[in-house]
Amino acid sequence: MATILAVDDSNSMRQMVSFTLKQAGHEVTEAADGAQALELAKKAKFSLVISDVNMPKMDGITLIKQLRTLPAYKFTPLLMLTTESSADKKQEGKSAGATGWIVKPFNPDQLLATVKRVLG
Amino acid sequence: MSIDISQFHQVFFEESFEGLDLMESALLGLSQGSDDPELIHLIFRAAHSIKGGSGTFGFTAIASFTHVMETLLDEMREGERSVSKPALTLLLQSGDVLRDMLEAARDGREFDPDRAATMQAQLEGLLDGEVGRSPVSSQTEADSRSAWRIQFRPYPDLLKTGNDPVRMFRELAALGEMTVEVDTSAVPRAEVYDAETCYLAWTITLSGDISREQIDEIFEWVDGDCDLVVEALGARQESPLPQSADTPKAPAAAPLAGGSDEDRRSGDDRRKTDRRTTAAADTSIRVSINKIDEIINMVGELVITQSMLGQFGTEVEEFDSGMIEKLRDGLSQLERNTRDLQESVMRIRMLPISFSFNRFPRLVHDLSAKLGKKIDLKISGESTELDKTVMEKIGDPLVHLVRNSLDHGIEMPDERAAKGKPETGVVHLNAYHQGGHIIIEISDDGGGLPTDKILSKARQRGLVGEGETLSHEETLQLIFEPGFSTAETVSDVSGRGVGMDVVRRNIKDLGGSIEVRSERDQGSKFTIRLPLTLAILDGQLLKVSDEIFIIPLVSIVESLQIDVNKVNAIAGSVEMYRLRDDYVPIVRLYELFDLQPSNTSLQDALLVIVEHDGRKVGILVDELLGQQQVVIKSLETNFRRVAGLSGATILGDGMVALILDVGGLISMSNRGPASQPPRNRERAA
Repeated sequence: MATILAVDDSNSMRQMVSFTLKQAGHEVTEAADGAQALELAKKAKFSLVISDVNMPKMDGITLIKQLRTLPAYKFTPLLMLTTESSADKKQEGKSAGATGWIVKPFNPDQLLATVKRVLG
Repeated sequence: MSIDISQFHQVFFEESFEGLDLMESALLGLSQGSDDPELIHLIFRAAHSIKGGSGTFGFTAIASFTHVMETLLDEMREGERSVSKPALTLLLQSGDVLRDMLEAARDGREFDPDRAATMQAQLEGLLDGEVGRSPVSSQTEADSRSAWRIQFRPYPDLLKTGNDPVRMFRELAALGEMTVEVDTSAVPRAEVYDAETCYLAWTITLSGDISREQIDEIFEWVDGDCDLVVEALGARQESPLPQSADTPKAPAAAPLAGGSDEDRRSGDDRRKTDRRTTAAADTSIRVSINKIDEIINMVGELVITQSMLGQFGTEVEEFDSGMIEKLRDGLSQLERNTRDLQESVMRIRMLPISFSFNRFPRLVHDLSAKLGKKIDLKISGESTELDKTVMEKIGDPLVHLVRNSLDHGIEMPDERAAKGKPETGVVHLNAYHQGGHIIIEISDDGGGLPTDKILSKARQRGLVGEGETLSHEETLQLIFEPGFSTAETVSDVSGRGVGMDVVRRNIKDLGGSIEVRSERDQGSKFTIRLPLTLAILDGQLLKVSDEIFIIPLVSIVESLQIDVNKVNAIAGSVEMYRLRDDYVPIVRLYELFDLQPSNTSLQDALLVIVEHDGRKVGILVDELLGQQQVVIKSLETNFRRVAGLSGATILGDGMVALILDVGGLISMSNRGPASQPPRNRERAA
């Protein structure tokens, strides 16, 4: 269906996101931090990027900023995984160019619903 | 779609424990005065991941506990709160509680909610009640209306956030009946038209049983990128709420997870409890990709060698000398491949000793505070690798030795100052490889072992005779004797004399050894030598009757040819051999294992002296064969436990050779003649 890049430094989160999306028939590539994700995104075009915010090396906000500067990702949906406590982060993410966010904790159904929302 | 997320629990727990370890060492780094901002970020990320994961995987209690920690850390990270000593101590303690909570969750146990609540209250106290406000927005009243009018005027750049009005309309349409009017007045002439800009605006009428929340959720992501007016039709109670860039973010905080999800989650929680226990049962280790790649590489080589050798089987009809040369090459290549592969596979089980060392910064931190001493812990060689099983078993002895160093080794600051030493003592943990062994050193610059006290204590206990004089080294060895402790007062830090002998026994059980060196007022150094793995041992092959036995090389003291004049029979049955000043019992393996002896005479026979726990016996053998590394196969799993044997191995020719359990043999030989079958006795005589 869609090719999705899942970025999270937490292995379990990443596995869960990736597994859920794969179950729904998507093709998923995983990255453990922003820097790795950016490299991957430059090599292949993903139709959606889902990224955690707090990560070592390069955080999610910077990743989104960087991705938006790439012509291939100008209009690509970029979703942040965030916690409800960080309302400021959402704003920060939006100004960096994030399409939207998924609030942690979430369950697989919520994840799929949100993904469906941007992949239409 | 239903996805069973309990399958991710194990990974979640593993990474959470790793996160906690990182958090702890970073906290300790901070409390030692480091001001590296990355440390706080690292701690924050660890707490953040645990919180996110625990919420997602249904451990709500852990999530809410971690939330408070995270809030505190966030303030520190943003520089809104100073990183104070009490805060660090509290965070360290919270880390402990969190670890216990995670362990309880992993094992499917109940966790004492009071403990978490007490800790949480302390954290909240530190936050000055700033977290009294629930993070979840209070806007949860669902006021359903039958119809809504939505005026949606995106800012030109809306598309550049990846949002697409078409998708949003599709979602709105899914809620109820929708009519849309489009306002094209802003669309410019074609020559200045920019395809990436949004010029359109819409007025949407939506009817059906729809709540304001559902609409807000759809527009949540574009809040700030558009002018949005949502009005209820046919009802005037609610004033139109213009949502533009300057509106407060309150509605945005309405999370995807509504009240109904809360129920679903707690349902999940219950269901999962049953599974956790099984998940906890199997342990796993992380293996770096490099190691796996290496193995795959070698298997590749092996396959090549195999196909090369395979050609001989299928294609070659007759051997000429050239073929034999090739065959030899192939076989030696096969041998090399196999050996490399074996080493690599063994290395999978190898973990850096930092796994074991990592607990010490915290131990030193806590204990030095408790003892009122100033102690620096230095760790080096932490990347030295060691078999996982050995690592697990060496943990407790190490803790014991470090505790001893802290408690008895390092002096109080004033005492140190009086001796002209720096007030802060240093305990050094070091590890390195030497041959097939790992060496672990625990050294301190403390007072050293009090040899005079050790000696007088030993005389008191009758371990050393009145007139006997011991060298410095011999005196130090006394601390490993059972029931020996020189602690003037028994403290709760280091034990009550059940110490060093147990440490030594544990290390010996692993096939290792421990040595101590100590100088008065300069400190002590304990050196532990351990085999890298328990799966392989260096063995001496020997022949008795038609059987080949293996003695672990580490237990062998010497091998000698018997001088019959030095053999004495005590009580007419147990034969003793006089080895310099010592008498060692002679063990005849063919008697023990009921074999047909090929030689019963002691004249010029070979005797292998082995030692375990300070006791020696001489094993009578027919022939000494080579030394080689053998892979240990468990007798218990493949056959059953046999006294005097610790395992078996398969030799190059496919024969099974039994590995002697030296400790077991010694205690068997000590049991005396009564335990030996009389039939054998006759034969021996």
